[in-house]
Amino acid sequence: MKYWRKPLDYEQIEIPHGEVHIIAERCKGCVFCVEYCPKHVLVMSEDFNAKGYHYPQALKQGECVNCNLCEMICPEFAIFSSSLPNGKLGQVAEVNPDEVTLTKGG
Amino acid sequence: MNPKREVIGQTSIRSKVHPVPFAPPRGEGPPPVADEHPLAAYLRMDRIPHIWCPTCGIGIAVKCLAEALDVLQLDTNKVAVVSGIGCTGRVAGYMKLDGFHSTHGRAIPFATGLKLGRPELKVVVFSGDGDLSGIGGNHFIHAARRNMDLMVVLVNNFIYGMTGGQNAPTTPVTAKTSTMPFGNFEHPFNLPALAAGCGADYVARWTTLHVRRLTRSFKEALNRRGFRFIEVIAPCSTLYARLNKLGTGYDLMEFYHNNTEIKNGADPQTVDIGFQGKIICGRFVDSERPTYLDMMKQHYTKVLGDKFVPMPEEGGLIWPPGEKPTTPAAKATAEVREPEEVTHG
Ligand SMILES: Cc1ncc(C[n+]2csc(CCOP(=O)(O)OP(=O)(O)O)c2C)c(N)n1
Ligand code: SF4
Ligand code: SF4
Ligand code: SF4
Ligand SMILES: [Mg+2]
Repeated sequence: MKYWRKPLDYEQIEIPHGEVHIIAERCKGCVFCVEYCPKHVLVMSEDFNAKGYHYPQALKQGECVNCNLCEMICPEFAIFSSSLPNGKLGQVAEVNPDEVTLTKGG
Repeated sequence: MNPKREVIGQTSIRSKVHPVPFAPPRGEGPPPVADEHPLAAYLRMDRIPHIWCPTCGIGIAVKCLAEALDVLQLDTNKVAVVSGIGCTGRVAGYMKLDGFHSTHGRAIPFATGLKLGRPELKVVVFSGDGDLSGIGGNHFIHAARRNMDLMVVLVNNFIYGMTGGQNAPTTPVTAKTSTMPFGNFEHPFNLPALAAGCGADYVARWTTLHVRRLTRSFKEALNRRGFRFIEVIAPCSTLYARLNKLGTGYDLMEFYHNNTEIKNGADPQTVDIGFQGKIICGRFVDSERPTYLDMMKQHYTKVLGDKFVPMPEEGGLIWPPGEKPTTPAAKATAEVREPEEVTHG
């Protein structure tokens, strides 16, 4: 995530962290979870499950924000998310404060 | 988000398999699997995976209902689900609630009887467009007219899915079906207008992409009385999408993403759906008329006075065989009934 200026409460804001769980054998490969995950955590596997479907894999597990959308939209009850302790925005792996652009308005 | 998804330690999977009011007591049934789906307690997991095709939307609607029950923490012994026949008709068999898989089109009459006999139950009818608005269409309009205390969830995939893609009363003009290979030329039903015109108290429409709004509508409807109608537009990949060369269910979800408009309070007359046309979603009707049960009680109290013994609200008629009814209302009902000789057949 890039910011055009570093938010003033950057160090205080907590964002939810989640962990996504995939029950691969139950998946029918509809890709809804992969396509609608707002954080692009998931990708479809190259492998097949026993029924012959590609199933999702968590490529960027650390970026899951436990928004639950994958769980809500899966027609097969094959994926769900659970919460991890909230993290400070500044601690999220993907956000490197050095990369925050301070040029505009800052 | 579900408030129960609180933070418990690093690996919080177990915390997600939260206790639910009807979880089997210890010693009966398998313990919850550590990495089982958090809504597994609302489903007959021994029957999962279900029969629905890949990218079929019915499973999403079921998930949203389970989520609504979970968030409301309703006593699931007091919720019943009734389905008719069709792909959507399988829902009653997949949910771990008291349920009945009735005959084609007869979900509403069965549910009506259930509600009258057991007024303490929340009765949910969950069935398809062909089942509820085709063969069961007459039951549908009369239940709405009576403002019967039912929550009716109609999964509209614009086609008869289970039997091979025949034309449904909801198939849009020009859409192809197996019985209309050159395209449909019949006017379809505008279901929210039909329900509202007949007197439904609550009318909403969402697609299976609107998971959160659909869940909210289920929650609202579960907490209300009277005839509540929720239409869920869902992809049928195997028949509707294939016969019309619309791609997979995912392509239909993308279509919903790009072509739905949310208009809460819109006039139901304006929300008809053309073939691949704009789908207007929202909560269209939210009113409160006296329900069938209110009307019946009020009327009989007026004309029969003390002779009228209403069905006890807590459902006190069910007592173990050989035992006497306990609640005063149930006793009164039993006294009224006992002298009558009932001959069967
Ligand atoms: C009395 C009777 N007539 C016809 C049928 C055949 N039949 C089974 S399901 C179905 C259509 C169901 O369509 P819909 O309610 O839209 O459900 P979907 O499969 O699309 O979810 C029909 C006509 C039947 N089972 N019983
Ligand atoms: S919970 Fe949200 S962020 Fe996490 S994987 Fe699922 S959709 Fe993506
Ligand atoms: S939404 Fe469910 S069935 Fe579809 S790909 Fe993801 S896990 Fe598989
Ligand atoms: S035929 Fe259509 S409605 Fe029936 S399960 Fe398959 S996709 Fe769903
Ligand atoms: Mg149908």
